[in-house]
Amino acid sequence: MQTAKDLKQYREELHESLDNEFLRTILDNFAVAYRAGRANAFKGMDVKGLISEVAACKDEATLHHAELYAQFKENAEKAGVKVHWAKDAEEANRIICDIARANDCKSVVKSKSMTAEETLLNHALEDENFEVIETDLGEWIIQLRHEGPSHMVMPAIHLSRFQVKDLFSEVTGKEQETDIDKLVKVARRELRQKYVNADMGISGANFAVAETGGIGLVTNEGNARLVTTLPKVHVALMGIDKLVPKLHDALRILKVLPRNATGQAITSYVTWITGSNECAVGPDGKKEIHFVLLDNGRSELFKDPLFSQVNRCVRCGACANVCPVYRLVGGHKMGHIYIGAIGLILTYFFHGKDKAKNLVQNCINCEACKDICAGGIDLPRLIKEIHSRIQDEEGHPLPSLLLGKVLKNRKLFHTLLRTAKWAQKPMKESDQFIRHLPMMFSQHDFKALPTIADTPFRDMWKDIKPEVKAPKHRVALFSGCVQDFVYPEQMKACVQLLGDAQVDMDFPMDQSCCGLPVQMMGEMKAARDVAEQNLRAFQHGNYDYIITLCASCASHLKHNYPKLVKGNPRLESLAMEFSNKVIDFSSFANDVLGLDAEGFRKTGEKATYHAPCHLCRGLDVHEAPHKLIEAAGLEYVECDEEEVCCGFGGTFSMKFPELSSELLNKKLNNVEATGAKTLLTDCPGCIMQLRGGLKRRGSDIQVKHIAEALAANKK
Amino acid sequence: MTVQQRIDLFTEKATAVSAVVVEVAKPADALDYVVDLCGKKEACQLLASGCEAPLSDKAEKLCEAKRDKVIAAPGLDPELFKQLKTRCDELGFKLIDSGMRNHLAGIDIGFTEVQHGIAETGTLVQESSSEELRLATMVSEIHVALLPKSRIVDDSYDLEEYLLGAMKNAPNYHAFITGASRTADIERVLALGVHGPLELHILLLED
Ligand code: SF4
Ligand code: SF4
Repeated sequence: MQTAKDLKQYREELHESLDNEFLRTILDNFAVAYRAGRANAFKGMDVKGLISEVAACKDEATLHHAELYAQFKENAEKAGVKVHWAKDAEEANRIICDIARANDCKSVVKSKSMTAEETLLNHALEDENFEVIETDLGEWIIQLRHEGPSHMVMPAIHLSRFQVKDLFSEVTGKEQETDIDKLVKVARRELRQKYVNADMGISGANFAVAETGGIGLVTNEGNARLVTTLPKVHVALMGIDKLVPKLHDALRILKVLPRNATGQAITSYVTWITGSNECAVGPDGKKEIHFVLLDNGRSELFKDPLFSQVNRCVRCGACANVCPVYRLVGGHKMGHIYIGAIGLILTYFFHGKDKAKNLVQNCINCEACKDICAGGIDLPRLIKEIHSRIQDEEGHPLPSLLLGKVLKNRKLFHTLLRTAKWAQKPMKESDQFIRHLPMMFSQHDFKALPTIADTPFRDMWKDIKPEVKAPKHRVALFSGCVQDFVYPEQMKACVQLLGDAQVDMDFPMDQSCCGLPVQMMGEMKAARDVAEQNLRAFQHGNYDYIITLCASCASHLKHNYPKLVKGNPRLESLAMEFSNKVIDFSSFANDVLGLDAEGFRKTGEKATYHAPCHLCRGLDVHEAPHKLIEAAGLEYVECDEEEVCCGFGGTFSMKFPELSSELLNKKLNNVEATGAKTLLTDCPGCIMQLRGGLKRRGSDIQVKHIAEALAANKK
Repeated sequence: MTVQQRIDLFTEKATAVSAVVVEVAKPADALDYVVDLCGKKEACQLLASGCEAPLSDKAEKLCEAKRDKVIAAPGLDPELFKQLKTRCDELGFKLIDSGMRNHLAGIDIGFTEVQHGIAETGTLVQESSSEELRLATMVSEIHVALLPKSRIVDDSYDLEEYLLGAMKNAPNYHAFITGASRTADIERVLALGVHGPLELHILLLED
């Protein structure tokens, strides 16, 4: 559970996780195994199609949840089940305690239910002196340890066999061994007698099917079957997000859920309970069944045009499995009760902004979660939106406010950058790095920082703009502030290549920072203003394409601008037109210009590649850069985890330097393992991070933008 | 898919999740298989490991309640049940078809018929509205399921109509069973048989 009061405390907690060697190793191994397992489970299937079907059926359910509830209730009651509506956690717990009391229950066995975690049901039951036993192995372990789950699907993933052995020795009063098989058998036999004695079973539900009034439960251990069979009373507690119209929808979700969760085609058991079934110890030989449907803010959420998509979540946990930050710090630091990307969001809605305010800042915006989500939820966007809402409610922190103000005023921003060039003079090394950082930045010492260039790209432009006689394309260049002021040579390389390829270029002078940094800091208003400025800067040219060498800018311009200006019809159409023209350098050079080996010298040198998050996931570009590397006359060698974030994440690396540096470390280890002496990529932010890290390591690997590699080998 | 392709895919998928799939020509062969299996295993021994691990006194007591070798075959076709009884009597195994609640410490084998198989995932689909049947498939150390080959379908969607029919005729309890009970909750290491059967044997019956 999340207890940190402020960012400082939160960062201290993160440190503890980072120092936990066991946790790091297990999460690392898991991340790698998970990716392979999932790919295998989906082999030959149309994953994207399936996910969009799930999204569509869940959206349908969101729209009609009230009718679905009515239909579900009617059908369930017809079959002898009692159905309850609980508006919040407290009410749900009270209903369940009442049922337990009315049926004279003493002991309760539970099968895993995130919804019960959400309402803290165990506390409520225990407060009324009911004995509560979790039967899911992982849940039982953390219950015995008085902890919360650290993963939605594997609640005890943070614990080692040694810890479990000690725990079980304590519980049984006999010394146990560390053999996992044996520990599992001990749990099996210890828990068996708990089922035998229990009067009430509590489960969650993965599906509440309106057309039948029944529920579906997905488990591997089979404990849900015992929990719903042995005791005389069964209570299923579920969020109203579990309602689906038809059995078909449940079967459809069932195709994605286990595959996305653990890479299994299906779990060992799927249990479909419809109506009050036979039960030898129940009244009249029938089971007493209650379905408790929990709202807890969900129906409000369903009305929100942006956040209603949260209802598509099927709780597969995949968004945590791929999150590079979760992988570093583990679940207790990446969510309050629900963890991972969705956890950051649900924490805000179910547990309030105090619990969420530190957590939401810990997203690096790498979009890995969005890419894998079983419901196609735009998780990073929602996380940023919450960040912004919290700042609106709580007041904006000064640096974020300042950056917002500065970026809104292009001239001021650019003047500051030019001034910075002079200010850093005394700290400058000969090789474009800052020699040593002022004290306040000491934690950032894991990477060397670059200096501001002597002449920004915008000042060179009029001198280097090529004269193109018979232009094949008319394009505008969007430099972004890093390439404009720090790495103008990357833009120069692009200009040279494009000029040679008969592309007529324009560089609108009124363009400014794309605005992603302020959006990352939750300054939505400033992000909108900056977007508008840029839209206006480009509105008059008659361009075929707008090219940018920065993957982050490209993805922000393309996907976020239309969203940012929503509500203003004139700007909306401007943004649509604009974003349709935006293209990243690699796609333009490879797909549009068709640059190939013919125009380049072949050196055959090995080069490896880092795929920027906003290129591979943000823009779904995967192959073009590889082809360009080969075209440039180099030999492309793939490094492990090519598409995993390098840890830059714009302002993230400033806020969480420890995490950023760990991500960078992993990346560089993988790069070094290829033996290549050249590392190419498509984003100046990544270049800053990678170069800085390699410099600190004293490595001789050269980091370049793909455009520079091409320009260097141009025949 | 042709019938044979379906059988092959079903077998492949079920085997991949550690189920044992065996083809049997006639029902009597299935009965032989069951008693043979029961003969080979030790009574009251959690397979592979575990039984020797010391337990709390309460759990220990529940375990001690169990001595004989027990096969439960609730809901089995009466004629088959009779034939199985003859075999069990000869070998000294206890065969039951009810009273499962007296055997919650565990039985050796639960032998049941299942209605359908799903090739895509190697899944058994079992009508489990009978509590005796449900328990037999859960508290047994080995679950042996009898599935007629002709009842295997390609995909879960192919059973939608059948399932809907059953569910609309509530109360109803249906189970999809794929492999043995499993967990990976400790260090992500796969362990079988955490609450349910430690082994699943599927007998594909020629029909
Ligand atoms: S965008 Fe990346 S860092 Fe943020 S929650 Fe998703 S996976 Fe984690
Ligand atoms: S948000 Fe998506 S990926 Fe995360 S648990 Fe929900 S469905 Fe799975």
